[in-house]
Amino acid sequence: MKQTAAQQPNRQAFTAFRSSPGVLFWPAVHVLCCLLSAAAGFRFSRLLFLLLFSPSPPSSSSLHHRHLLRQPPPAILPSPPPPHIHPPPPPAAASNGVVVGRHGIRVRPWPHPNAAEVARAHEILARLQQEQRRRYGVKDPRPVLVVTPTYARTFQALHLTGLLHSLMLVPHPLTWLVVEAGGVSNETAALLARSRLAVVHLPFHEQMPVRWHDRHRLEARMRLHALRVIRENQLDGIIVFADDSNVHRLELFDEVQKVEWMGALSVGILAHSQREGEKGQSPLPIQGPACNASGHLIGWHTFNTLPYAKKAAAFVGDGATVLPMKLEWAGFVMNSRLLWREAEEKPGWVRDLDEVGINGEEIESPLDLLKDASSVEPLGNCGKKVLLWWLRAEARSDSKFPAGWVMDPPLEIIVPAKRTPWPEAPPDLAFQVIADDEDHVEVHPSKKTRSSRSKRSSRKKKKREAHVDAQVSDLFNRQEK
Amino acid sequence: MGSGIWVLALLVLHSVFEGIAGQEQELNHRTERISGSAGDVLEDDPVGRLKVFVYELPSKYNKKILQKDPRCLNHMFAAEIYMHWFLLSSPVRTFNPEEADWFYTPVYTTCDLTPNGLPLPFKSPRMMRSAIGLISTNWPYWNRTEGADHFFVVPHDFGACFHYQEEKAIERGILHMLKRATLVQTFGQRNHVCLKDGSIIIPPYAPPQKMQTHLIPPDTPRSIFVYFRGLFYDVGNDPEGGYYARGARASVWENFKNNPLFDISTDHPTTYYEDMQRAVFCLCPLGWAPWSPRLVEAVVFGCIPVVIADDIVLPFADAIPWEEIGVFVAEEDVPKLDTILTSIPIEVILRKQRLLANPSMKQAMLFPQPAQPGDAFHQILNGLARKLPHDNNVYMKSGQKILNWTAGPVGDLKPW
Repeated sequence: MKQTAAQQPNRQAFTAFRSSPGVLFWPAVHVLCCLLSAAAGFRFSRLLFLLLFSPSPPSSSSLHHRHLLRQPPPAILPSPPPPHIHPPPPPAAASNGVVVGRHGIRVRPWPHPNAAEVARAHEILARLQQEQRRRYGVKDPRPVLVVTPTYARTFQALHLTGLLHSLMLVPHPLTWLVVEAGGVSNETAALLARSRLAVVHLPFHEQMPVRWHDRHRLEARMRLHALRVIRENQLDGIIVFADDSNVHRLELFDEVQKVEWMGALSVGILAHSQREGEKGQSPLPIQGPACNASGHLIGWHTFNTLPYAKKAAAFVGDGATVLPMKLEWAGFVMNSRLLWREAEEKPGWVRDLDEVGINGEEIESPLDLLKDASSVEPLGNCGKKVLLWWLRAEARSDSKFPAGWVMDPPLEIIVPAKRTPWPEAPPDLAFQVIADDEDHVEVHPSKKTRSSRSKRSSRKKKKREAHVDAQVSDLFNRQEK
Repeated sequence: MGSGIWVLALLVLHSVFEGIAGQEQELNHRTERISGSAGDVLEDDPVGRLKVFVYELPSKYNKKILQKDPRCLNHMFAAEIYMHWFLLSSPVRTFNPEEADWFYTPVYTTCDLTPNGLPLPFKSPRMMRSAIGLISTNWPYWNRTEGADHFFVVPHDFGACFHYQEEKAIERGILHMLKRATLVQTFGQRNHVCLKDGSIIIPPYAPPQKMQTHLIPPDTPRSIFVYFRGLFYDVGNDPEGGYYARGARASVWENFKNNPLFDISTDHPTTYYEDMQRAVFCLCPLGWAPWSPRLVEAVVFGCIPVVIADDIVLPFADAIPWEEIGVFVAEEDVPKLDTILTSIPIEVILRKQRLLANPSMKQAMLFPQPAQPGDAFHQILNGLARKLPHDNNVYMKSGQKILNWTAGPVGDLKPW
């Protein structure tokens, strides 16, 4: 209908050519009214003339000519600029239908949302979505067993909180097996206690090494340990390997319900590339199953490590690109019955867990748990959908952080701000001078010690956002002069 | 012994019926049967219930017009063309006019388009009169009943009033020659000159394939509460507001532009269809005329239509219980729209969604090519079949004449 309306000006041009000469009268009236309103300073409705000057309207045709203006209702919008003269209500024709003509625009006095109604609407939405999930979502969901290797370090709170919140949103019954290197620590326990999930906190009595290569291997052994626990306790469900720094979509947990024995997913690899990398938009590297046209698994996509060969990170937190292994554990899911000693219909292509990992055998990916890797089911539309991303971002292994991320007692260092609303008071210089010469200040971004502050250059170099530090160096200048 | 067998038989029968009832309950849980005031008629098959004779008009009334402008196949008035094509190859068609219950005249009155694609109605009355003149001289069936057993498809803004401006349409009134015929039109408003008794209201044409290609998985959560895309003020024709949509659209904007529950704007997003599938309520306010393709789109995408148009008559109102499917808001209640929508009980909303999920409901709003059972073509035929058998006063007595061939505005009388 809006097309019709938008077209009306053109169509009126058409009508003008076709109509009788008597209609030239109305454009003349229009011009007269324009001049009058320009003179008076406000616009008034032309129908005023019709009502003032025309004879009493013929009664029979008035029922058809519903040009009658209704008395506009009280809450009329005054904002379109000047006030209208409202013509007196015309002789009311008995109209039992809707009247054509100009109507008022009804606006309520406080046209803003009501908080109670917004809350009610959200309740409705939540209930409707629950119903949708019930109708179209996964029927009879199996429980999910999430295996996460972790250890207490600076970024643990960051990663584990993210994973925790993702898992809390999973609508299926979930058990979280957290394997911690270095034994059970209060840090990790405090984080896990914040969730309302069923958590099994397993200690692993070895410290996490500093080299990435060794770290990958230890994590694999930690996961195997969790798998052994699952086997001993005959836990039932679908095992998802969720590393604490990975990012998961909730659709992942719906998709893994489709797995029968062992499935493979596509993992997006977020190996962070430095700014001096290629300018072009290279697509996200993906690790995962490769399928042929009919949807059968024929191979694996893996991460191309050649571009990063020289620049790979060796130590945790050294700032270079962290490379994933050939096939990450996170890209695989398995039915826990594969691990049980006796399970009906257990396929023959899985190795017994007791024989795996003995005699120093290195397990790199879950494919090493199988005798035959061709029966793995590709998930996520045969690997086309990326449902999780692999990411490793760590601070230096010797970086310190406040226990529990609570500053107790609070910091005592006061640095004056550059602009304060109250007059400058001479500050208490209670801090230590770290560098004596402001020209040779060095910046250590990864030193996250409690008393460190990054010092920037003086006014000679470009002003940085640390106005505080400019002020500090300013004070140095004044002091030394 | 005999009573034992009876008890056993009863038990067996009971369990069998329980099983069937259980299955039906499962089905009812997902969708619900739709029955309107005429009963459970959405899935009726019109074949065998009526016979339609299609007049063979010269191609200047249909084919040549379409050849001149093939855009007529895609705009919202395309129902008249598709109805013709459907009837040509339908089993209800008869080549023997003596046994026909209804007569159809294929004249494409809404295919004279401006360069922008909007139909001009100025030649339509003359075209219609010319067609009627032709059929009344070449066949005796028009004069037999003065058109009372004939039906015409007039999908323009105000139906057979043949004008896009409401005041002028009211002035003209329905074309005099169509006074006794059955009109199949999209316009429906109670107590309005341009809706006569016995008309069949149909949905406007919306391209079914285009809507099919934009379907998203049904488990995508519906997270938008109210959705609307379109004009609020028609700046070209009614800059102050108050005229366009009787001020209702402007009122929606002024009251709810700051409300986070209302996703309303004048944008033209490419994800319009996808967004409708993520919304719970879709506003269908009137514009220059009360009907719009938004209703069809809302039904197809499962979004509950919120109809803001006083006295509107919705398509197939006797077959579809619109009160139970959509939400009707009076134009004067628009400022309270958020209160109204948030105070609907959740069970009512769920029931409306279930009714909308019924595939026969969606099918009844569409004009698919080729025709499928239960679609809008079949609903039109069902509507015509429900009007049978014709009354006795349909047939004119010899010498009796009701229609006046010289009635109507002078411009209409010119030949086309």
